[in-house]
Amino acid sequence: MVEKILAAKAGKENVSPGDLVNVEVDLALGNDITAPVAIKEFERFGLDKVFDPEKIVLVPDHFTPNKDIAAAEQAMVLRNFARDYGIKHYYEVGRMGIEHALLPEQGLVRPGMVIIGADSHTCTYGAIGAFATGVGSTDLAAAMAIGEAWFRVPSTMRFIYEGELPRWIGGKDLVLLTIGKIGVDGARYRAMEFCGPAIENLSMDGRLTMANMAIEAGGKCGYVQPDEITFKYLEGRVNQPYQAVYSDRDATYEETYTFDVSELEPQIAFPPSPDNVRPVSEASGIELQQVVIGSCTNGRIEDLREAAAVIKGRKVHPGVRLLVIPATQQIYRQAMDEGLLAAFIDAEAAVSTPTCGPCLGGHMGILASGEKALATTNRNFVGRMGHPESEVYLSGPAVAAASAVAGRIVHPGEVIS
Amino acid sequence: MIFEGKIWIFGDNIDTDAIIAARYLSTVDPQELAKHLMEDIRPDFPGLVKKGDIIVAGSNFGCGSSREHAPLAIKGAGVSCVIARSFARIFYRNSINIGLPILECPDDLTGLVDGKDVLQVNLEQGLITHAASSRTFKAAPFPPFMQDLINRGGLVEYVMSRLQGQV
Ligand code: SF4
Repeated sequence: MVEKILAAKAGKENVSPGDLVNVEVDLALGNDITAPVAIKEFERFGLDKVFDPEKIVLVPDHFTPNKDIAAAEQAMVLRNFARDYGIKHYYEVGRMGIEHALLPEQGLVRPGMVIIGADSHTCTYGAIGAFATGVGSTDLAAAMAIGEAWFRVPSTMRFIYEGELPRWIGGKDLVLLTIGKIGVDGARYRAMEFCGPAIENLSMDGRLTMANMAIEAGGKCGYVQPDEITFKYLEGRVNQPYQAVYSDRDATYEETYTFDVSELEPQIAFPPSPDNVRPVSEASGIELQQVVIGSCTNGRIEDLREAAAVIKGRKVHPGVRLLVIPATQQIYRQAMDEGLLAAFIDAEAAVSTPTCGPCLGGHMGILASGEKALATTNRNFVGRMGHPESEVYLSGPAVAAASAVAGRIVHPGEVIS
Repeated sequence: MIFEGKIWIFGDNIDTDAIIAARYLSTVDPQELAKHLMEDIRPDFPGLVKKGDIIVAGSNFGCGSSREHAPLAIKGAGVSCVIARSFARIFYRNSINIGLPILECPDDLTGLVDGKDVLQVNLEQGLITHAASSRTFKAAPFPPFMQDLINRGGLVEYVMSRLQGQV
């Protein structure tokens, strides 16, 4: 699928892994950390316009609402650039969301597109059948000027998930299982195709979670081929026409992994690396001071529903601070309408406006030395959420909610029954 | 392009924090950054490395954050080329984009003598020659498009030539 998308956008009949191609970019994304650097580079071109003001997306989400003066200045660079160059897709605080949750929700992502973003989790959009990958700020500057980017065509690894997912198991568990198996550079330079019966039945939110973490295995992109679930998701969001692209029946894969997931336990990534993965039964007893439910990985409505289902009518453990961060304004609103926010607040959780915040140790929930957190985010490197001597464990939303109640890492079944 | 330089050897999984620590990220001036190159893992390195030298490393060089400051610091120190068994993806892109030549060589070069041996590198052919023994190693040759980027000084310069209709 990736080879076909890249060939089409490079104006070629076909391309093969290893080829270098210059392709048209359908969408170029930057945030309040990376875009100011790109804007500085862009200014060196001396242009009075960008290649296409409709194809650039700027989202101030990392340190917003502005956490300090430096962050405020960075956000202002973005705002002014968006105004001066007529950037159509600029999302101000109050209308924004975490970029990788926001773009699909707003219908900016369509199958067959080439999307680059100066943020490593740009790979999220592969869930919708696009070729999407993270790049550096210089790439973003160049794309804003000429609407192109160069790529080395990746080879593809296939991951087949057999069986039916047990209760409380979702996209996060599948992707953690995968990263644990192949390691943080197991898919370096390569595309990851997620398929099989468990994926065919997985919701779009679950697929977005999986593609989001392709980068944690070193992947260039991760994707699911478009199907009925994709088209249903796009209905009412996307009004431009699009051309879905599929892998050929006889496509070549560099490697194929098959997992039987019908008896899978919830998966936990132990610090200090997302590939340090073990089943929840080997994590029980780890006491927590903070639990975070949110981020571009698991801050979508289904994640909040899953967490609220566990927490409703219960209280957060007195030793734990539970932070719930809906990923976009729309998700926030929907969670309110569905009574999910009430469930969290009644349980004595703190509910925040959309922001990356604690996910990158930016603000809104920094850990002190020696503290342990369980988060539905995607990275648990040393110091990722605060002090270098704090620790981050990663899980899906149901385990996170259950663990907030128990005060230690537990299987959701332990809290529910 | 052909380079010749003295080599400095590093191991596997050298991350961008090791190349240039986050506390120095308030500047993007390559010369300033170069003063702290590899400082946390080899404090004397900024004083040792000379213009034209070559960095030799193991696998997954440049993993971690997507900061462009890492290849900038290496370029700022005058390093002519980095040879590694493999590079992290975004580091690879960023290096090409700022005009730092990098080569992937599956052969094990770490047995050479650090700070002493001299290698000659032919970028087009991907040929690495150990000057003293004439032993050769084969790396993936550098595709013409990337050579063009490197020759021009990087992606920004390439885009400028494009905008001026010179490509
Ligand atoms: S939520 Fe975390 S991983 Fe996602 S874009 Fe924000 S900082 Fe990056």
